[in-house]
Amino acid sequence: MAGYIIRRLLIMVLMILLVSTMIFLLFRTMPGDPTASMVDPSIPSEARQALLERYGLHESLWTQYTIFMGDLLRLDFGSSYYYNRPVLQIIQNRLPATLILMFTAMLFAYLIGIFGGAWMAWKRGTKLESTGITLSLIFRSAPTFWVGMMVILVFAVRLGWFPAQGMRTTGYEGTTFGEIFISLDFLRHLILPAFTAGLYFLATPALIMRNSMLEVLSEDYIEMAHAKGLPERQVLYRHAARNALLPVVTAGALFIGMAIGGQVLIEVVFSWPGLGREIVQAVTRSDYPLAQGCFIILSTVVMVMNLIADVVYAVLDPRIAY
Amino acid sequence: MIDILRRIGNKITQLITYRKIHAGGRRNTQSALSIFFTNLKQDKLALVGVILLICFIFVGIFAETLAPHGPRDRHYDEQGQIRRLESPSAAHPFGTTDVGRDIFSQVILGTRTALLVGFIAALLVTFVGSVVGIVSGYFGGIVDSVLMRIVDFFYAIPFIPFVIVLAAIMRPSLWNVILAVSMLSWRTVARIVRSQVLSISRRPYIKAAKIAGAGHVRIMFKYILPNVIPLVLLEMAFMVNWAIMSEASIAFLGFGDPRETSWGQILHMNFVSGYSRIAWWWTAPPGLAIILLLVSIFFLARSLEAVVDPRLRKR
Repeated sequence: MAGYIIRRLLIMVLMILLVSTMIFLLFRTMPGDPTASMVDPSIPSEARQALLERYGLHESLWTQYTIFMGDLLRLDFGSSYYYNRPVLQIIQNRLPATLILMFTAMLFAYLIGIFGGAWMAWKRGTKLESTGITLSLIFRSAPTFWVGMMVILVFAVRLGWFPAQGMRTTGYEGTTFGEIFISLDFLRHLILPAFTAGLYFLATPALIMRNSMLEVLSEDYIEMAHAKGLPERQVLYRHAARNALLPVVTAGALFIGMAIGGQVLIEVVFSWPGLGREIVQAVTRSDYPLAQGCFIILSTVVMVMNLIADVVYAVLDPRIAY
Repeated sequence: MIDILRRIGNKITQLITYRKIHAGGRRNTQSALSIFFTNLKQDKLALVGVILLICFIFVGIFAETLAPHGPRDRHYDEQGQIRRLESPSAAHPFGTTDVGRDIFSQVILGTRTALLVGFIAALLVTFVGSVVGIVSGYFGGIVDSVLMRIVDFFYAIPFIPFVIVLAAIMRPSLWNVILAVSMLSWRTVARIVRSQVLSISRRPYIKAAKIAGAGHVRIMFKYILPNVIPLVLLEMAFMVNWAIMSEASIAFLGFGDPRETSWGQILHMNFVSGYSRIAWWWTAPPGLAIILLLVSIFFLARSLEAVVDPRLRKR
């Protein structure tokens, strides 16, 4: 087991380096002068030259690449042109917001999805099941950003129940983690975006759970449980659902890669100060270092999630060989 | 997408038993097609899906004739004032935007963009994905390992952030959006097709073809391809949805083609203007159109799934 995890970690590091190389090359072929976003393009050319040199943009591509990779290994992502601050510092500020929103949404989606999916399998062939499937498909077809806009329109503007945007009430400046994230105000801001994201994530666990339940329900031991005269609910949740959970767990973490995309859109719609919104803004401002850093961190999150999924699966299912 | 992958992966064994009963390449496709149509008759949801999709395609083809106004025309009332943010009326069924443009016409024209992106990207993705999947599964060994490591690499890239970066690097145009979406999505199809080809290429009739002297290309595309076609079609249906959703997301973030009217673009204008908080008639229609189109394709895919997985048919 330990050997397996170590091997996977090594592959992961290799993958991160590959992804970083790809993103480095992509950004260097991007049109638009990065200095233009930072300084007035009309300034004298000597001053521009000085700036180019300061950021190392006058060097050859290969030199830039070796410097970039060297810095990356020391976790130095350079400093943002726009904020004039180290990229790592900005990412550190943004990452918790992204992760908290994502996990809350996932938790919500998984709780409802797993129970809903099990229930749909149980009601197989009835009107209730087809309603459930149709609903799941509608949730999955609805663009997250659109659901977000509608939710803001109804619950924040019309009904005024929840704040429409941001993570804290405007004007609030928290500095430490506890100050920002542990408060009722934060929770109130979290509800709408987490609900929107959760609604989108919901379909996947629900439909997988249904399918895997259908498979489990046809097994002999379920018939046995029925024959013993156990109550329906007990057979459903104690005997069947437990064994049907396996594929849901793995598919869930693999699904994160897709979830991150939805996350970007939700952060933009709700002005949630996370990594997703930051990468959109950084790309718009041609702020290379920041966009690069965000991208690398986001792909690392995806890879870590995939790794966790595989390990959890291996723990849950003893038949898996490492 | 992933759950489908898993589901299909689990059920390939069932598929093989089905194939054994209906052995032979060409007859296979035909029987699959007839199963699809019988299923369509029984499954009301699938029928609804087909009808809706036909309506959408009709609207997409005749968009210019059906749209009462140009997407950029500004409308004025009797006093010569711009019709700013008017709620739905007989003249403007979905109301007007903040600069007096007709939203109904924009939504109609957006249908064409969505279908175009959806189908072209899905064709590209399924083509590349199937070729990689068939080659990988058929040859196995080093070819398989190398191709699958490439697939793994593409799985590690977060989709939307990558597409944003790509869309920003390239000049914003519909074709670049299609390209950006296709570049990452073929991985799913490749993996699913490969796992099925792996089992097909071990079958006796493939060995017989090899001994008879058939070339690799002939075996792959004449004897293996017909067996994976239902699966490829199913994947293609999901890819159409995926591409439409991605295009809408990119356009919403403002990285789409500004000259092209699309549903995502309408929502982008709506959001950027800040009126998404008041003008429900501006926000709701494009989103509902996306949901309707995607749901109809999902319904259609469900009856395709019954072709791929015979166990679903028994119900």
